[in-house]
Amino acid sequence: MTSLLAVYRRELLSYVTTPTAYVFVAVFLFAIGLFTFQVGGLFESRRVDLTPFFAFHPWIFMVFLPAVAMRLWSEEARSGAIEVLMTLPAPTWALVAGKFLAAWTIAAAALVLTAPLWVTMNILGDPDNAAIFTAYLSSLLMAGAYIAIGSAMSALTAAQVVAFVLAVLVAFLFTAMGLPMVSDFFRGAMGGGFAEAIARLSILHQFDAAQRGVVEIRSVFYFLTLIATFLGFTALAVDARRGA
Amino acid sequence: MLLQVEDLRKRFGRRVAVDGVSFSLDVGEIVGFLGPNGAGKTTTMRMIAGYLEPDDGRVRVFNIDVAQDRARAQQRLGYLPEGAPLYGEMTPWTFLRFIAETRGMSKDKARVAVRRAAQDASLGEAIERPIESLSKGYRRRVGLAAALLHDPMLLILDEPTDGLDPNQRTSVRDLIRRLGKERGLIISTHSLEEVEAVCTRAIIINDGRIVADARPAELAAREGGLEAAFRTLTGGEKAA
Ligand SMILES: Nc1ncnc2c1ncn2[C@@H]1O[C@H](COP(=O)(O)OP(=O)(O)OP(=O)(O)O)[C@@H](O)[C@H]1O
Ligand SMILES: [Mg+2]
Repeated sequence: MTSLLAVYRRELLSYVTTPTAYVFVAVFLFAIGLFTFQVGGLFESRRVDLTPFFAFHPWIFMVFLPAVAMRLWSEEARSGAIEVLMTLPAPTWALVAGKFLAAWTIAAAALVLTAPLWVTMNILGDPDNAAIFTAYLSSLLMAGAYIAIGSAMSALTAAQVVAFVLAVLVAFLFTAMGLPMVSDFFRGAMGGGFAEAIARLSILHQFDAAQRGVVEIRSVFYFLTLIATFLGFTALAVDARRGA
Repeated sequence: MLLQVEDLRKRFGRRVAVDGVSFSLDVGEIVGFLGPNGAGKTTTMRMIAGYLEPDDGRVRVFNIDVAQDRARAQQRLGYLPEGAPLYGEMTPWTFLRFIAETRGMSKDKARVAVRRAAQDASLGEAIERPIESLSKGYRRRVGLAAALLHDPMLLILDEPTDGLDPNQRTSVRDLIRRLGKERGLIISTHSLEEVEAVCTRAIIINDGRIVADARPAELAAREGGLEAAFRTLTGGEKAA
């Protein structure tokens, strides 16, 4: 546990002392604003709820969070510092979890920075604040899944850009499995039942109710499973380096 | 016995890097690893430190099998990787604190340990400056301090004096000699003079195999100088 916290603190420190994280968060805020107002038409809808805002989270996270997570392991491998880390008597899972939690904290900070929107809603009208709050929590949980994907891809390569591209690809697959263009492909290839099952396993599908502030245990379980799976994969990939 | 290495083997693809290395090490010994570039020194040290898994053979640190109980073995050894990779954006102080805490030390213990190790490695003023702004020699010393933090009985140092100026080199050698009195050390180096100056034992590795394991003076007497011994044993006669 001491090792996990030490890794977490170091990772967080390196996020806040290098400019990259600030740039990513700024781009995230800009993108979320652009989508919410221009594409989602938050004010045109004349409703005081944040559904148009949350609806874009999967799409923006899909790019933003792989960018945040890409350095987690790639940078260690590139600089060689991974040799220092892996010759310390700390279990791999503690290193993996510490790094993951640091990146997740950056995601949480980015979400907190969207709060002015929520405040504005309360000035303009009377939104369902409990629903918005739970939607925020669901979004944070979903962010964890995207970061776990990014962490796993980062453990595969010393090149951050490669890690980023791989993570966006995998993230896209998990996000959009339910979209007609993707599920049509599966329907053609594997039959309708399979396409249905796949669609239900997509992040978009799982976040659908959540973005309206409805908490479904199934979805919570789904995101936790994604996080655990990809962090487990990260640990395997990190440990596999010892064999090479 | 501090360290027992038995028939260690490692290959990368078709290339055999380490090909049946065996030796053991006791308290009070300072072993110098010698050998041409690509001989397998770093690979051997990495396997001892638990960074790489051997394809075959066994490493035991205080009788703990590294393959079976890696963390427990790693608690008992200090390792300086080749080139001393570090986190550039940290200062030596925060970096060493991080290493100490990742090793499981409490904050108070870590603070004491970092002070002591920084002093042993003579970090001086450099301890507050970002690592990326430090000279190569100081970075090497930060790496050395990191290896000494938990006061291990066994130290594996991969080219500890590489890139140091003559003054720093002397001070690191003094440190190594001092540490060697009640610990066991393995240092790799390309400096034969260094082996003669600090090591109680020289192991020459060529093509992944040990070709000589003796006291430096013995080896030098046998072949008419350590340099001649190195050249004959590693097949470098023609180049000379
Ligand atoms: N990760 C790796 N992947 C592939 N080959 C490797 C790897 N690490 C080492 N090798 C190869 O194994 C052999 C031994 O390398 P090693 O680094 O152990 O030599 P060395 O004795 O430390 O050399 P030097 O004096 O240059 O540091 C070399 O042929 C090297 O190319
Ligand atoms: Mg080497």
